Amino acid sequence: MSFVKLTASAVAIAAVSATAASARDQVQVAGSSTVLPYASIVAEAFGENFEFPTPVVESGGSSAGLKRFCEGVGANTIDIANASRAIREREVQACAENGVTDIIEVRIGYDGIVFASDVNGNSFEFTPEDWYKALAAEHFIDGQLVANEFTTWNQVRADLPNQEIQAYVPGTKHGTREVFEEKVILQGCEDGGFLQAMLDSGVDEDTAESNCMSLRTDGRSVDIDGDYTETLARIDANKDGIGVFGLAFYENNTDTLQVATMSGVEPTVATISSGEYPVSRPLYFYIKKAHIGVIPGLKEFAEFFVSDEIAGPSGPLAQYGLVSDPELASTQQLVADENTMGSSM
Amino acid sequence: MTDATAGQPAARPRREKTSLLTQDGRTKRRNAAETRFKIYGIIAISIGLLFLMGMLITIISNGSRAFTQTFITMEVTLDEAVLDKNGNRDLADIRRVSTFGYAPLINAALENKVQDLGIETLLEDGAAMRAIMSASAAAQLRDYVLSNPDQIGETVEFQFLASSRVDGYLKGRVTRESIARDRNISSAHLLLIDDLMEQGTVERSFNLGFITGTDASESRPEQAGIGASMIGSFFMMLVVLALSLPIGVAASIYLEEFAPKNLFTDFIEVNISNLAAVPSIVFGILGLAVFIQFAHLPQSAPIVGGLVLTLMTLPTIIISTRASLKAVPPSIRDAALGVGASKMQSVFHHVLPLAMPGILTGTIIGLAQALGETAPLLLIGMVGFIASEYPDGFVGGFLDPNSAMPAQIFEWAKRADPAYYERAWGGIIVLLVFLMTMNLIAIILRRRFERRW
Repeated sequence: MSFVKLTASAVAIAAVSATAASARDQVQVAGSSTVLPYASIVAEAFGENFEFPTPVVESGGSSAGLKRFCEGVGANTIDIANASRAIREREVQACAENGVTDIIEVRIGYDGIVFASDVNGNSFEFTPEDWYKALAAEHFIDGQLVANEFTTWNQVRADLPNQEIQAYVPGTKHGTREVFEEKVILQGCEDGGFLQAMLDSGVDEDTAESNCMSLRTDGRSVDIDGDYTETLARIDANKDGIGVFGLAFYENNTDTLQVATMSGVEPTVATISSGEYPVSRPLYFYIKKAHIGVIPGLKEFAEFFVSDEIAGPSGPLAQYGLVSDPELASTQQLVADENTMGSSM
Repeated sequence: MTDATAGQPAARPRREKTSLLTQDGRTKRRNAAETRFKIYGIIAISIGLLFLMGMLITIISNGSRAFTQTFITMEVTLDEAVLDKNGNRDLADIRRVSTFGYAPLINAALENKVQDLGIETLLEDGAAMRAIMSASAAAQLRDYVLSNPDQIGETVEFQFLASSRVDGYLKGRVTRESIARDRNISSAHLLLIDDLMEQGTVERSFNLGFITGTDASESRPEQAGIGASMIGSFFMMLVVLALSLPIGVAASIYLEEFAPKNLFTDFIEVNISNLAAVPSIVFGILGLAVFIQFAHLPQSAPIVGGLVLTLMTLPTIIISTRASLKAVPPSIRDAALGVGASKMQSVFHHVLPLAMPGILTGTIIGLAQALGETAPLLLIGMVGFIASEYPDGFVGGFLDPNSAMPAQIFEWAKRADPAYYERAWGGIIVLLVFLMTMNLIAIILRRRFERRW
């Protein structure tokens, strides 16, 4: 029967491919969707300029990327994890349990987090305190926690526009969320003296901080688990919405979005690199040292990523919206020396 | 029966005699109900058609723009001092010049072009004008020089892609108002484009690169094409066809013709129907756990995608094959057995050929469904910057990382630059053309080979 032969050959193909799978000749990268555009730009240029095949860059989020990174050592695991936050102690331990011990941490630059609203709507001048007051689940008033009842921005602060509070914030699987909580919400809680008030009333620090950072769940703050395009679509549908974006995304969509200032500073590459604009975070990628020399082109790719031509202030990454790292030279040295996290600390 | 009817009329009230030509109230009501039902049906169909029209119009109006692209024609002097410092035309030396080294050549060529044409612009030099051109120009130039090293020192005419903003300007997506706060392009660039258009240097033409090309990074949407992921989809469909057709047909022939009817085969039957209703993302998770984490097949490889989609397509094929086997009248089997054929001969010589059109139609519909499936591919690493290179040969087609058409569309729709959004719509058109072709083949097969008993 011809189909029996067909089945047999199909099984044979599958078997052959399974054995061939151990050899891999391109670098595999996965992780943060914030780093993905930068990594894809570098991967493309790497493929054009080197004899190695173009690295494969998958998206999926910082945590998912690091989880796959920590699955173990070998050609069927990824070589590089992109992350929009630093690796956590827990993740380092999980890595070590699976035999991934030597990790090289590379900081590629900084990314600004901006607050943007519909281009034809009101303009906003925010402070972290405004965001805390608008989005916190409960306010600490006169010694007790009271549910947040603000519905418009001008209730938060009189000189903000009279517009419904509707915020689209990154979901918890995004590295951006952590930065948003720490640099905006927690900062606002501190600036307004709410954190201190809680501590004074005898609440311990951890509880106080988590009180500060818990966001309201009555629909005025919406977690976006998808990408910035989803946030953009939400704002398109609800013109009162204010979304949290990466600077690069905003700069590609200036025709539909207007950006809000934070503490009086407008987010640009210049204000973020000088540190004037407060909400920014470093972007990283993590290399599995055990794969250097095994996967062809891995070290070359890492070195190319942090080279002046690529990650420098006039390179294509800065062009796209990355705030280049002033300490790029030491990062280049770190990659060249293959300094792992333990040894450089 | 006759007794029963005989007793009835006395109990019933006598009906008035009416003419067939005049309608009584009851008939009118029945007829009205029928008319109303027909109207409901027509309304339902019209709503369906309306949605279809709306969908097609949106897709075509949004997507057709992806099939044209703006090109800039200019002459580039391949300066020996830059490209081959030693002058020995040694490929290894030429290769050492990266795409960054080629950028000044393009800037100079652009500046020359603008000066030759006598265009006044506010932009002071080629580097400032560079924003109108795609970042892919340097790579295109470098590829040309590496394959034609003897052309170094000559002046060659090239057709480069314009940047996505310029392309959007020609397509009406980008306007002077919309770029007011855009860091990548200014209205001086748009003025320059207007002038270059008049001189015929910039033109919008059909973009074959979109259909045949590979994916591009976020900084150059103008270069991205769906070609590589089309190949990925093709190899996945090969795997699906090679596995699910024989397995599905063999399983259904056994279940339908040979298997005893008992609790166990009933159990299998119920499970096959259940499997057909399982959401495809479940197969994705299964594929990740079994094929990648356990069997160590490579990430993002079409063979894994094909295996996952095979799991998804199998129940569809089994169900349609069994249906078409059932549709073959038992008289055919009886006749074959009656003239002395064995059970197997009766199935393979008589039943299967008659059921073939139905089996093929079911297979093609199953393949078309698999071709458009995205969800399981998200989990096996087919979304991201994957389809950036063509696979290397036939085996590479199965094993090299690649994406698939629906996954590529999903990825484009996520990207920041609005130019990618346009390409996602264009990708949908390509995908729809494939699906329609497959459905058309299925219809033709059915029409040509269908038998009526």
